[in-house]
Amino acid sequence: MMETDDSLVSALARDLDGTFEALVVAHQDRLYSIALRMLGDRSDAEEAAQDALVRAYRALAGYDGPRIEALRLRPWLATIVLNLCRSRLVRQGTRGQRPLSLEVALPATAEPRSEDSRRPEAVVAARDAAGEWARLLMTLPLAYRSAVVLRHVDGLSYPELAAALDRPEGTVKAQVHRGLAMLRNALELTAAHDREEVIA
Amino acid sequence: MTTDPEIESALVELRVAAPPDLLPRVMADVGLADRYARFDSPIGPLIVAWNGLGVSAVEASTDDSTFEASHLARTRRAAWAAEQVPDRLARSIARRLDGDRRVRIELDLRGHTDFEQNVWAKALEIPRGEVRPYGWIAAEIGHPRAVRAVGTALGHNPVPLIVPCHRVVRTDGSIGQYSLGGPVNKRIILAAEGLDPDALEATGRSGVRYVGSDSTHIVCLPTCHAARRIGAAHRVPFRSLPHAVSAGYRPCRSCRPGSGAIAA
Repeated sequence: MMETDDSLVSALARDLDGTFEALVVAHQDRLYSIALRMLGDRSDAEEAAQDALVRAYRALAGYDGPRIEALRLRPWLATIVLNLCRSRLVRQGTRGQRPLSLEVALPATAEPRSEDSRRPEAVVAARDAAGEWARLLMTLPLAYRSAVVLRHVDGLSYPELAAALDRPEGTVKAQVHRGLAMLRNALELTAAHDREEVIA
Repeated sequence: MTTDPEIESALVELRVAAPPDLLPRVMADVGLADRYARFDSPIGPLIVAWNGLGVSAVEASTDDSTFEASHLARTRRAAWAAEQVPDRLARSIARRLDGDRRVRIELDLRGHTDFEQNVWAKALEIPRGEVRPYGWIAAEIGHPRAVRAVGTALGHNPVPLIVPCHRVVRTDGSIGQYSLGGPVNKRIILAAEGLDPDALEATGRSGVRYVGSDSTHIVCLPTCHAARRIGAAHRVPFRSLPHAVSAGYRPCRSCRPGSGAIAA
């Protein structure tokens, strides 16, 4: 990916209009995934990803060749989509910043299951696993959700993550670790709730 | 206890593919490609193409691959089919076709010459229900001898109906050519706008090029809204503008019949 991006920025610097489609093809899945995991809604995510790519084009159109060549596309594009997601969440009120809550973390229904399948990871595996993790991610406060999504959904390196979030590497590492710990807690709360249902 | 590596590998599974419509939407938004959809009009189904800069094409409906190939050849941009013309644009086009000139429709006319764009901008000034001769456009844009070039530019109008090239006719009042399906369609559209194409041609054949009012002593082109209000008792036909001027008439400031008088 890094090598692809290096040749992509050189091509963008030479011929923005002729190369931009290649940028969209190379980055649209990750920008959409980031937006979807930040916003939790497919149509909001599509709009945010579209908006991010359009803004990227307009920014590139205003940059000279050397400035484009110096860009690190992965963190740069991540920053653009992340900022759009944050402002959407702020516009939508507190939706993105609600505290960790059982109501949000829990699926609507939970089937009773046998003793040995009641470990937390088994609970998740037994349901729509991806949907469950996506739901848990949405319970994280924004700063931690951003860090976890960019590091573990998008796969940015810590130096890229530090650049994308404009924070020191130590700070973003701590945010990722804290975010993962919150996810683990949320998962165990879900599992504990399931055990109570079985006992009752 | 769920370990971090387990959570991490679960999070990797949250990567998804972008919806197929994202690429065409982005490319069209920045003006590097176009979307298109079909649109109903008084002359049947049309194809309308647009991008983030504005409407880029209005054509008689053909099959998708024919349109896409001709659009690419003409604009060097790919055209991707969309479900429908966006609501706001569809409403604006409908209002414009109904004669509402206040509604603003952005146009993407990149790649066309200044001369062509001047011709089209001038055609946009002709009100619904009125027509002007080719020579009038030529004179108004400062190229009074370029009557034939005006005709060619109108024939190349990529957005007929929105830019009303159907409101430009021959000096003798005959309807003339039309890029969007030929003279038959031009008559249909003019009739839908409240003009009688047969009467227009009959006036032309009789040699009448201008109409004056003997109460105001103002002389107009025959379809000018002011000329159409002149009662039969006060209506004075003229074969040329010098005839009218020598009879004490002054040219209307709205339809400006002096433009194109050289060709008459």
